[in-house]
Amino acid sequence: MQDKASTPLSFQQLILTLHDYWAAQGCVILQPFDMRVGAGTFHPATTLRSLGPDPWNCAYVQPSRRPTDGRYGENPNRLQHYYQYQVIMKPSPPDLQDLYLGSLKAIGIDPLLHDIRFVEDDWESPTLGAWGLGWEVWCDGMEVTQFTYFQQMGGFDCKPVAGELTYGLERLAMYIQSVDSVYDLVFNDAVGDRPAVTYGDVFLENERQLSKWNFEVADTEKLFRWFRDCEAECQASIAANVPLAAYEQAIEASHVFNLLQARGVISVQERASYMGRVRDLAKGSCEAWMKHNGWAE
Amino acid sequence: MMSADFLLELRCEEIPARMQAKAADDLARLLGEALGAAGLKPEGLTVYATPRRLAFIARALPLSTQAVSEEFKGPRTSAPPQALEGFLRKTGLTQDQLEDRDGVWFATVEKPGRATADVLAEAIPQVVRAFPWPKSMRWGDASLSTESLRWVRPLQGIIALLGNEVVPFAIEGIATGRTTRGHRFHSSGEIAIESAATYADQLRAAYVIVDQEERRAIIARRAEELAAQAGLELIPDAGLVAENAGLTEWPVPLLGRFDAAFLEVPPEVIQLTLRINQKYFVLRDESGKLANAFICTANIEANDGGTAIVEGNGKVLAARLSDARFFWEQDKKTKLADHAQKLSRITFHEKLGTVADKVERVATLARWLVEEGIVGASNTSVTPADAGVQAPTAQPQPATPLDSRVRGNDEERKALADLAEQAARLCKADLVTEMVGEFPELQGLMGGYYARAEGLPDEVADAIRDHYKPVGQGDEVPTAPVTVAVSLADKLDTLVCFFAVDEKPTGSKDPFALRRAALGCIRSILGKQIRGSLTIALLSASYLWYVQARSSERRSAFAEAYFGLESALGKPATFEQVVAFAEARLGVDDRQAAPGHRATRDLLDFFADRLKVQQREAGVRHDLIDAVFALGGEDDLVRLLSRVHALQSFVSTEDGANLLAGYKRAANILKKEQPEGGKPQSQLGEEDPGEALTDPDMAQAMREHEAHFAAAAPAYALEPAEAALINALDEAEPRAEAAIAAEDFEGAMAALATLRAPIDAFFETVTVNDADPIKRQSRLSLLTRIRAAVHKVADFSKIEG
Repeated sequence: MQDKASTPLSFQQLILTLHDYWAAQGCVILQPFDMRVGAGTFHPATTLRSLGPDPWNCAYVQPSRRPTDGRYGENPNRLQHYYQYQVIMKPSPPDLQDLYLGSLKAIGIDPLLHDIRFVEDDWESPTLGAWGLGWEVWCDGMEVTQFTYFQQMGGFDCKPVAGELTYGLERLAMYIQSVDSVYDLVFNDAVGDRPAVTYGDVFLENERQLSKWNFEVADTEKLFRWFRDCEAECQASIAANVPLAAYEQAIEASHVFNLLQARGVISVQERASYMGRVRDLAKGSCEAWMKHNGWAE
Repeated sequence: MMSADFLLELRCEEIPARMQAKAADDLARLLGEALGAAGLKPEGLTVYATPRRLAFIARALPLSTQAVSEEFKGPRTSAPPQALEGFLRKTGLTQDQLEDRDGVWFATVEKPGRATADVLAEAIPQVVRAFPWPKSMRWGDASLSTESLRWVRPLQGIIALLGNEVVPFAIEGIATGRTTRGHRFHSSGEIAIESAATYADQLRAAYVIVDQEERRAIIARRAEELAAQAGLELIPDAGLVAENAGLTEWPVPLLGRFDAAFLEVPPEVIQLTLRINQKYFVLRDESGKLANAFICTANIEANDGGTAIVEGNGKVLAARLSDARFFWEQDKKTKLADHAQKLSRITFHEKLGTVADKVERVATLARWLVEEGIVGASNTSVTPADAGVQAPTAQPQPATPLDSRVRGNDEERKALADLAEQAARLCKADLVTEMVGEFPELQGLMGGYYARAEGLPDEVADAIRDHYKPVGQGDEVPTAPVTVAVSLADKLDTLVCFFAVDEKPTGSKDPFALRRAALGCIRSILGKQIRGSLTIALLSASYLWYVQARSSERRSAFAEAYFGLESALGKPATFEQVVAFAEARLGVDDRQAAPGHRATRDLLDFFADRLKVQQREAGVRHDLIDAVFALGGEDDLVRLLSRVHALQSFVSTEDGANLLAGYKRAANILKKEQPEGGKPQSQLGEEDPGEALTDPDMAQAMREHEAHFAAAAPAYALEPAEAALINALDEAEPRAEAAIAAEDFEGAMAALATLRAPIDAFFETVTVNDADPIKRQSRLSLLTRIRAAVHKVADFSKIEG
């Protein structure tokens, strides 16, 4: 994967390399959003900042929670908690594809040795009222990045359009390090007598316990109440003209809904209705944000 | 005239593979039309599509449009001056340039030719702005406005070269030029294209094969070679070749292997994983079995010859196949019957309950179809050619006996019914398996595998596997009795339920694929010569749904009731008879039952329409199908179609055509003589007799009354032609009836044909509208008799021409 001279990047070195690369492209390097979200797109630095006319370029790592993907640490590829690397550039620069390919080279993927392809994959988030056109980027047949030009967010046209890159960090690292299980990933390199640590050392127990909590333990009564509380708090915050606070409640509601799904207590019929409620909260927050900034009537 | 080749290249970020072919066609068509509108005729057009560019070449395009001289006729020279002024304004000429021809002004306007470059500079931006992409987007700085240019993905450059010259224009800030870019990784910097003639070669030097056909040929040929070198056989897949050609500018097929241990997973699963998820070609070994190999198509000539690419792809595939094997192992740990328990959590449709509810109905109906002998072990199977596409003029098939229901022996039938019910109860169970969750297109197929794996009888496994069939037009029609029972029951239930809640297809919208379901029923019924009343089958299905919504007790009583009615009548019951009977016997609440019955009637019309569409290809006339459907009682599709076939042969003969003419004449006179809005005198009149007569006893009484009336000897001296016609009818009627009873429709037609000459003679020499009311009445009833005789075969009033 790498030049023969160098060892493959560790997990943390992969993140640091991407930080350096995107910082050099003029991106603000943000820290993860401190709430539980399903994907990097939920970070307000993507959702809310992709609205309105102001230029915005940033990159960050976002821990992402997908309760239903939990496998108690027993599946080498599936996790209920994993990391996405997110880049957002608004307006989308004309050379965004080249910039992206430059980042692959930076992390050690040689495009004359590996087959890089842009394969049609349009993106849609029903809970965010958002969609865009783009690709999944394949490296030797593996999807390593989602590449999207946002067309709408929160039901509003993106003016201008932002380009979004979402790297699946674990998958990319497994590829670079050539390991078959996510838990075997080298997290950092040994320094002197301080040993290297694996991804499993850091996260295996978390996957076991959190899978159990997500699927078996979480109190569904409380979750339902929690959902209603978030909903009410979001609406109250919209009314109080604090859209950033409202949006936080919307993403909290979204995560609680995901937990309820993992607990298997939402029927097929109810599912659509809950998703509609989350979408209303997200769209309401986006609308309030647009108004607050004077971008909408 | 001077001419030059024209090249247009529209370069953008990766165009989805599935959109490229149509985009190339659209570009050729739209630019071709624009050139044509300007009167420019190139010697030929070529279009190319790669992931990153669309190119258009017009060879030997004239450098300017033709000068044209057009003549306009103006006002008379004597007309008021305003008229002349208007004409001068319109033509842009002065009066001295006009010509006076016999007192009328004529103007000749010369339109000079335009430079082709100008035409192109005007036309191309219009074509680009209005290009019909299935999905398009905005991007970059310009997207601050929603009015900005939309393209499939960001448009990056435009080449427009006429001869060696750039045709200057710009679209949304993208100015034309002569430079492009080559392969994303094998070429760097810009390439200046000299002309259309050198375009393909200059790009080839930059590792881009612009011709999609050439890329396809390379992929197909190279994949075959790789397979042969490995001692394997490529499973050809033109769709996959095209898709890979749409994903590459420099296609390089590479062969890899996967762990043979994965081959324990059903081959369809492996094939889907390879083809759909990874876009790999699939291979067979010499024994015809799926080989543990794949061919991927890279877009580069890799520095290491592709080793790393094959290795990487192999890993991705292994991860996917492990998932599939995990699902396969997991799913097998649970019996289908236990999987089926979970169907009560899956909504079939919001108005129609859960899939478990559906399964319950399908199981009852499948069992009933077998128990009633409608579907049995010894149904004659006919080839699809006989079933769907039999030429109407072919030799008549031997008559099938009227009661052709296969009764078989009771034990055998019970065993078959048990299997059908068992298969039906399990047929949807795979919907909750992990594998079908991952690959929904494997529904049915996986159920079949799981059934076999847990040791269920082959008949059950086959029925689970095949009960969705036939899906597409060319798809095989099930023939195994258990499969047919489940398949028919499933489709009939779907049709009945969606019609009952008024979710019918409208126009091009058919979200629940009901047309396909009806067509599937028709093909099964005709293919397997399934005999029985469609009305009753549909009513039974709808009754099951109806009862399930309330209670589940009276189901079998209902089915028996219908068949009791039918044997009492000695013939298929009409819709109204069945409804009346059912309501009387079962005390079905009229008000609540009504929608289901109306739905069934709509559904019969729906079947008639589907049958017409299906038979159109076979050259069967739709009006003849209508003519037989209009009889009302005929809803045994097999018999109906054999009647239609006989009818079509008959009406194309001279006898048939003349009989039709005689019938129409009789029917017209009757129509005229019967007062508007009055009740038809005959229950076999042109109007649907069922509308007026809902009560079977009453219908019977009417029939007897008519027979008596017709047979009564007229109290006056008959004219010779009149007597001859009565004799002919006396002779033809029983013959036709007997032939119909024996389902010998050719024979019935032959009997009717004997009426042709007497009818012609009757109309030639006898006055129907005689002054003597007794004669008149008697002759009108003779016409009624003619009409009734003909209607034994079909409602001739529906026949066109």
